[in-house]
Amino acid sequence: MEASAAAVECNENLNDMATVEVRSIRKEFAETCAVDGIDLLAKEGEFLVLLGPSGCGKTTLMRMIAGLEQPTAGDIVIGGKVVTHLPPRARNIAMVFQSYALYPHMTVEGNISFPLRAAGMPRDQIERKVAWAAKMFGIERFLNRKPRQLSGGERQRVALARAVVREPVAFLLDEPLSNLDAKLRNSARDELKHLQRELATTMIYVSHDQAEAMGLGDRIAILNQGKLCQVGTPQEIYRNPVDIFTATFIGSPPMNLLEDKDSYTGFRPEDFLPKEIGADGNTVSFPFRVTRVEYLGADRLVYGAIEGRTAATHVISKMPTMLRTEVKAGQLYDFSVRQEDIARFDRSTGARLYGARQ
Amino acid sequence: MTSEAAALAGKEHSGPGFWSSFADNERWLWPAMLAPAVLYIVLLVGFPFFLSIYYSFTDVTVGGRDLHFVGLQNFNRILESSTFWLALKNTIILTVISQVCILVMASILAQALSVNFRGKWLVRLLILLPWVAPIALGSIGWLWIFDSIYSVINWTGRAIGILGPNDWPIWLGQPNLAMASIIIVQIWRILPLATVIILAGLTSIPQDLHDAAAVDGAGPFRRYFQITAPLIRPITLVAVLFGIIFTFTDLIVVFVLTRGGPYDQTQVLATWAYFTGIQGGDLAGGAAISLFLFPVLVAVAIIFLRFARRTEVL
Amino acid sequence: MTPFSARAGKAAQATGHAAILVFFVTFLAFPFAWMVITTFKTTQDLHNVANNPYLFNDPPTLDHLRTLFADTAFVQWLANTAMVGAAVVIITLALAIPAGYALSRMTGALGQSLGVGIFLTYLVPPTILFIPFARIIAALGLQDSLWSLVLVYPSFTVPFSIWLLMGFFKAIPRDIEDAAMIDGLSRFGAFLRVVMPISLAGILTSIIFTFTLVTQEFVYGVIFITASSNYTVSVGVPTFLVRGDVYFSGSMMGACLIASVPIAIIYNFFVDRFVAGFTGGAVK
Repeated sequence: MEASAAAVECNENLNDMATVEVRSIRKEFAETCAVDGIDLLAKEGEFLVLLGPSGCGKTTLMRMIAGLEQPTAGDIVIGGKVVTHLPPRARNIAMVFQSYALYPHMTVEGNISFPLRAAGMPRDQIERKVAWAAKMFGIERFLNRKPRQLSGGERQRVALARAVVREPVAFLLDEPLSNLDAKLRNSARDELKHLQRELATTMIYVSHDQAEAMGLGDRIAILNQGKLCQVGTPQEIYRNPVDIFTATFIGSPPMNLLEDKDSYTGFRPEDFLPKEIGADGNTVSFPFRVTRVEYLGADRLVYGAIEGRTAATHVISKMPTMLRTEVKAGQLYDFSVRQEDIARFDRSTGARLYGARQ
Repeated sequence: MTSEAAALAGKEHSGPGFWSSFADNERWLWPAMLAPAVLYIVLLVGFPFFLSIYYSFTDVTVGGRDLHFVGLQNFNRILESSTFWLALKNTIILTVISQVCILVMASILAQALSVNFRGKWLVRLLILLPWVAPIALGSIGWLWIFDSIYSVINWTGRAIGILGPNDWPIWLGQPNLAMASIIIVQIWRILPLATVIILAGLTSIPQDLHDAAAVDGAGPFRRYFQITAPLIRPITLVAVLFGIIFTFTDLIVVFVLTRGGPYDQTQVLATWAYFTGIQGGDLAGGAAISLFLFPVLVAVAIIFLRFARRTEVL
Repeated sequence: MTPFSARAGKAAQATGHAAILVFFVTFLAFPFAWMVITTFKTTQDLHNVANNPYLFNDPPTLDHLRTLFADTAFVQWLANTAMVGAAVVIITLALAIPAGYALSRMTGALGQSLGVGIFLTYLVPPTILFIPFARIIAALGLQDSLWSLVLVYPSFTVPFSIWLLMGFFKAIPRDIEDAAMIDGLSRFGAFLRVVMPISLAGILTSIIFTFTLVTQEFVYGVIFITASSNYTVSVGVPTFLVRGDVYFSGSMMGACLIASVPIAIIYNFFVDRFVAGFTGGAVK
């Protein structure tokens, strides 16, 4: 991507304050509240992922940033300027849609040059920029084709080129990888991360796929039912969830929860190991009746119940295959968790109680 | 700033001027885009419609300058006229018989067209001709077919021995035969529309359903009456409703074939309104007669609305 | 079932299928076949009851067509129809494209009831409106003018076109408009520069249907227009060529054929869209 030098040169001007911020933003539709008072700041050059289950308000939040939806209350600030009441075209952001939203009646070249033509840029500059963007994504060969003649991966590249060509303050990406097949998705994820490093432009990325979010995001914002649960680096989110929702939404299999009188005790499956392995330091051990063992190659998933509690509690242990310890269905074992790996959550609010660990 | 950046940044300063905010604000944009069409429809459908109701309570004539409110006089006059009752009866007979025939025939024909066969496009083109050709001209074709002296039907009937040497029906000259002729032409022109609508319904049924029913052991008749027929019922209703409206309010076929004759025996409400209002110059009377079409239209509209609510298509 | 009876059953089914098609094609297409035969037969041949009417007992003739073009205003009627059709198409598109688009994008109860309201106006037939129109047209001084038709015909072409175009616009993904707005267009600009070009097929369809609805209209034409030079085809042929007894059967059938078959063929290409317009998406 030798052309990226040009991008950097241009970006110097526009990216002085390339932050995107929402301030106590709300969006109510007829009966429901899709976004319920969110404050969030994407720093300059940051890759911020909005992650949450479907219907959590992440797409609505992104559409408000783009200007496609008007917030019911609150403000949107892009590059230090309040843009809440400006139409999308006046915000100088680019967006890549899940469906790519390529203009079906235009060639690839027409698609890529469209934002520049709409801005009234002189023709020779348009040509130069289109050539630059097409080269960046390796789609020079397709410039004269129509979108319907392209494969899914090629379309996705055209959509990215159309977004990049105008050198926006920020990119908004709405699950741009979800229409690709699994194999292509991995390499596209790689390229996307690389692209963001090259352009050093703020990116806000909507996803419902935690692996994608963990892999791509500098920081992740977890949303649930219109509210912001937690913002942090992938590591913070994973190791230090602030509530039960985040704890169980992130991680596969999710965090084990044991019900107590007025709290939940939580620990990750990979921290729940045979006692003799986690022996060093301060540990808590549980009698673990194994019901089933799943062999997954790198790991073994051990399903079972902790005995000696009022309610039978089903938990999972994720044992790296390198641990040779024999585990058989039907047997009772002693499994333990290090004290520092245990989190406690309030039973009624779901909020984290103590046990924070950096 | 480079000029390129300035060009892009310039967009930011284009600010919310009047036109700009108008062209972006859906709250104003949609009403503005709808207004001309709605205005036109109100002026050219709504206004004449209420004018028609108003006229029916006055003594307005084609040439007359003044008009006076006469209350229900026009309606009384119409209800006392035997021609009105005959026209009403004819309209109902015409609509009911033709719609029943169309429903049966269109179901059969659509079923026959739902399978693939060689030359299907040609068959479809030929079958559609009556609907797509201007109906006034198609009716003239029938006028010539039903000709009192040179009727090709009569010649053919005699040639194949259905008609005896002394039988020579005057199709448009004998009241019952004339009604039958009108019904035939109505069936002829609306059958294609009903067929393509029902055919569209048939092709929308996934083949999986037919396969599943066949695997479940259903024979062709059971498959038709228990799978196909219920699934195409909504679309069939659409076809029938349009058929009712087109037949019930049609003026052209009767106008071209019989002009309501012989002796008003084939008059329908639409033609009787025309002959009274336009040829007789009695606009008030004509308006009053045409309003008798209205209850049926309301009924059809209500069925459509209920249908729309149920299927959420309208 | 033995193989033999299975084969016999299949053959019977095929024969039944063919019989059904032959019956309906004969019924529906016969008048047009009869028009073709009549157009090219000599008058003596037509009027000799002893002759087999399906055969050319005299050699085919072009006399009837010659009469039609030379001695009647048929060409003028065709021109009138084309002129009225073109004007009505322009008015219809100007009104129906924006309205259909707005309705396709309006959410909420108002948009929906307006859509249904416009659909219902399509159900109001000329038969209820021609009486007041007779006086309105007279009051406007448009009697016997083709402009009266240009004014009135959109009253049925506009509702139908709105309904048809609404379906087309609904099928366009909203993402594309959103992308266009982000790429620098206004809401209205996205409609003009992106939605309109994508919808060309839909707009073409509505042009075809508007034009054919105009050529098929009869009631208003026969009421507003009295001078034979101002007739449209649909009105001119039945009112001018049919006089008491039918003497011009050959020319008349020629006129019907010439005016209806081209329309029928064009229309045939678009009939699926027409059905979609009628059923409003009840069929996917």
